Amino acid sequence: MQSVISNPALRLFSNTLYRKNNLFLFLLLTPPLLWFGVVYLGSLFALLWQSFYTFDDFSMAVTNDLTLANYRVLFDSTNLDIILRTLTMAVAVTVACACIGFPIAYYMTRYGSVREKGFFYIAVMLPMWASYIVKTYAWTVILSQEGILYFIFKNLGLTGALESLLQLPIIGGNTLATSQLGRFIVFTYIWLPFMILPIQAALERVPTNLLQASADLGARPAQTFRKILFPLVFPGVVAGSIFTFSLTLGDYIIPQLIGPSGLYIGTMVYTMQGSIGNMPLAAAFTVVPIILIFLYLALAKRAGAFNAL
Amino acid sequence: MRFKSKSQSEKSPIWLKTLAYSGLVFLHFPIVFILINAFVAHDGNSTYFTLKWFSATLARDDVISAVLLSLKVATAATFLALIMGTMAAAALYRRNFFGKEAITTMLILPIALPGIITGIALLSAMSMLNIEPGFWTIVVSHATFCVVMIYNNVVARFRRMPHSLVEASMDLGADGSTTFRRIILPQLATALLAGGLLAFALSFDELIVTIFTAGHEVTLPIWLLNQLARPRDAAITNVVAMMVMLITALPIIAAYYLTRGTETIAGSSK
Amino acid sequence: MTIAVEFTHVSRHYGNIKAVDDVTISVAEGEFFSMLGPSGSGKTTCLRLIAGFEQPTSGSIKIFGFDATNAPPYEREVNTVFQDYALFPHMNVLDNVAYGLIVKGVAKNECISRAERALEQVALADYGKRKPGELSGGQRQRVALARALVNKPRVLLLDEPLGALDLKLREQMQQELKTLHKQLGITFIYVTHDQSEALSMSDRVAVFNNGRIEQVDSPRNLYMRPKTSFVADFVGTSNIISGDLAQQITGSNQSFSIRPEHISIDSEQENTMKVTGQVVDIQYHGANSKIEVKVGKQALSMVLSNTEHTEAQLPKIGQSLVLYWPQSHMVMLEN
Repeated sequence: MQSVISNPALRLFSNTLYRKNNLFLFLLLTPPLLWFGVVYLGSLFALLWQSFYTFDDFSMAVTNDLTLANYRVLFDSTNLDIILRTLTMAVAVTVACACIGFPIAYYMTRYGSVREKGFFYIAVMLPMWASYIVKTYAWTVILSQEGILYFIFKNLGLTGALESLLQLPIIGGNTLATSQLGRFIVFTYIWLPFMILPIQAALERVPTNLLQASADLGARPAQTFRKILFPLVFPGVVAGSIFTFSLTLGDYIIPQLIGPSGLYIGTMVYTMQGSIGNMPLAAAFTVVPIILIFLYLALAKRAGAFNAL
Repeated sequence: MRFKSKSQSEKSPIWLKTLAYSGLVFLHFPIVFILINAFVAHDGNSTYFTLKWFSATLARDDVISAVLLSLKVATAATFLALIMGTMAAAALYRRNFFGKEAITTMLILPIALPGIITGIALLSAMSMLNIEPGFWTIVVSHATFCVVMIYNNVVARFRRMPHSLVEASMDLGADGSTTFRRIILPQLATALLAGGLLAFALSFDELIVTIFTAGHEVTLPIWLLNQLARPRDAAITNVVAMMVMLITALPIIAAYYLTRGTETIAGSSK
Repeated sequence: MTIAVEFTHVSRHYGNIKAVDDVTISVAEGEFFSMLGPSGSGKTTCLRLIAGFEQPTSGSIKIFGFDATNAPPYEREVNTVFQDYALFPHMNVLDNVAYGLIVKGVAKNECISRAERALEQVALADYGKRKPGELSGGQRQRVALARALVNKPRVLLLDEPLGALDLKLREQMQQELKTLHKQLGITFIYVTHDQSEALSMSDRVAVFNNGRIEQVDSPRNLYMRPKTSFVADFVGTSNIISGDLAQQITGSNQSFSIRPEHISIDSEQENTMKVTGQVVDIQYHGANSKIEVKVGKQALSMVLSNTEHTEAQLPKIGQSLVLYWPQSHMVMLEN
């Protein structure tokens, strides 16, 4: 029973591949693996390797002498400040996103009609995919002194309140756009959809009959929420937090555009490799978020977040 | 609030509903803000609706060339990602072999690690190898994380396709390549399309890594970034921002409907 | 007599698991041959080995004399009806049926006309334009059949094709398949776990257990003369007496089987064997009642016709009962 369509050479090739299934698998995997292995992993490795090079402060040149100096410098107080600053913002943003995102996800899943669910899903997805730079640009305009927020505050007579808010030590600044508060708002806004969707997915997976069983056994709604629903949804929250945490940790654009001066890990890396040309230090700095993120991922995995992704 | 099962009660607590919808408003008002501003002009004290910014934008050569560059990069990156993502999905969807988890983790890394790390890594690799940043470096960097989009969609589709379809095709006389052409590819079509659309949007929109791999090339997001220091061109920037949103929103919505539909279509013959 | 399919010491191992363990069978041309056994017994793997979806770890497979051991499925003159029908969802029914002809390069209009005739043959003449998703289970099954038969295979493989159908439809399809087999005259190889299906349709049945064949025989011989206790137990219901009780009854401790319908409570002439026990359960089964009698440590079941006995005439639970059967209906078992 021969097929007349395939030519003999192709047919022989086909037959061999059919029998040697592992060979076929190997051929399929090679191009993507090559690409990733060479392009991506290779460049990551190259970067890490560079972190062991020496940077001569006087000549502003990089030499191939291997050293651990770059890593030691990380523990200087200024650099530790940078790391701490970024870490604090990442945690704050994560908490804020969880608090704002949870009601949205909860309403969407548990109370939304079918149409509402679809509407909410698209309503959350679209901003997520809307251009990062467009959203950031929008906020620079909104937060600026000629912007709409100042306008609203003025018309509501709340300028005084705004001023005192800006006087507060940690979160304040000269203007909204140059305050930590402003930066915090923008970060929260940009990463919010990444928090909502995993929570929503986790909520969907909780069978309604569990909650009914809890009510049947006499638990009041708040108790059911606390003892049954929240523990089951928590992995979803952690899953979402992976995004908010790591994205804030590595961001270098928003801190430059909004907020007071003061370097973040991302901006530090950017500045170091850019105008200054201290690639080794920049590379060493990138190891910090990598390690922090891996630690966070390990914790998240323990909390069951990987099953919620 | 008496707790009732969902089927009994469609009434949600008002405070929850308010919170949820307020959250949505928070998510959307900056976007709406841009959209409105693209159509609005100030003249002294009055504001009026106008389309003049659109014609002004279209007259700008730098905008046009940035749009074209972004479109070309997105197309090329999507194409490469489609090939590699499908190959990886075909290889990994069924078997569990040693190293499979490592490979899937590796595919996800470009999206999992902060963009700046990917960006700098690629930049330092380029300088080590003396490669000039340009069109193809951008395409390569974009394709690397677009692969994941394709992979996820295609793997999901492969898993829903009963293997008996492939066996039936071979049983009826079709060899591997014919089976792929006539049976497998049509089954994957919507997944490829959806993944491709997502990859396209992701690439068109990309800024964080592109800054490092673009060299002197100006994609549309880079153009926008440069504009942030120039308040005079604000109106043009609004229009461009709106354009970017539209060009990315449409593929996203299309991909959403494509993948929604296939969940309800009977993929198997039973 | 031509041999259609021949297995010679075929084994299929997955690491330590022996899915098929040294199987040797010959299926004659034109035969309706069934492979019967519980899930995991290797019958489906054997079918897949014939079709070419798996390769044997050792042994050889010949299809009409041609060594097919390493041939891919598209080079074998064999077609399969799949358990899940495997209809291509993106094509309509006509294109599904014509698929085998199209990929072999048959002219387009001939493909269409032959496919239409095949659909007529399975009583689905007007369904050509529909999609598989729009059909019922029984209809899809027929399309799968037509799709296989239109290629005029010399051997038709059927992998538990009636499993998903309800009882009435299943019985109807069994009838139709038997008729089809007579009409076409080709070899049918049929896999099922339903022993009544295998017995009613086949010329010969191979009983599988743990990757090995326990017995290949005609349905009647399988039922009347099972060789092993597995076959005796799997094909029809049977009482299997072993150990001390067997010793007590026959004088040797070799296991034997006696069918419930051969046990009687009448001490007639040919009923030379006899035991006494206590009734522990009575079940109503419409035409018969099944009586479970404890003899020593083992339980025997027997049947009494409900047309010959009223409810009052049946034995009562706890009652002592004497059971008789003729020695000729006892079957000594190998294990």
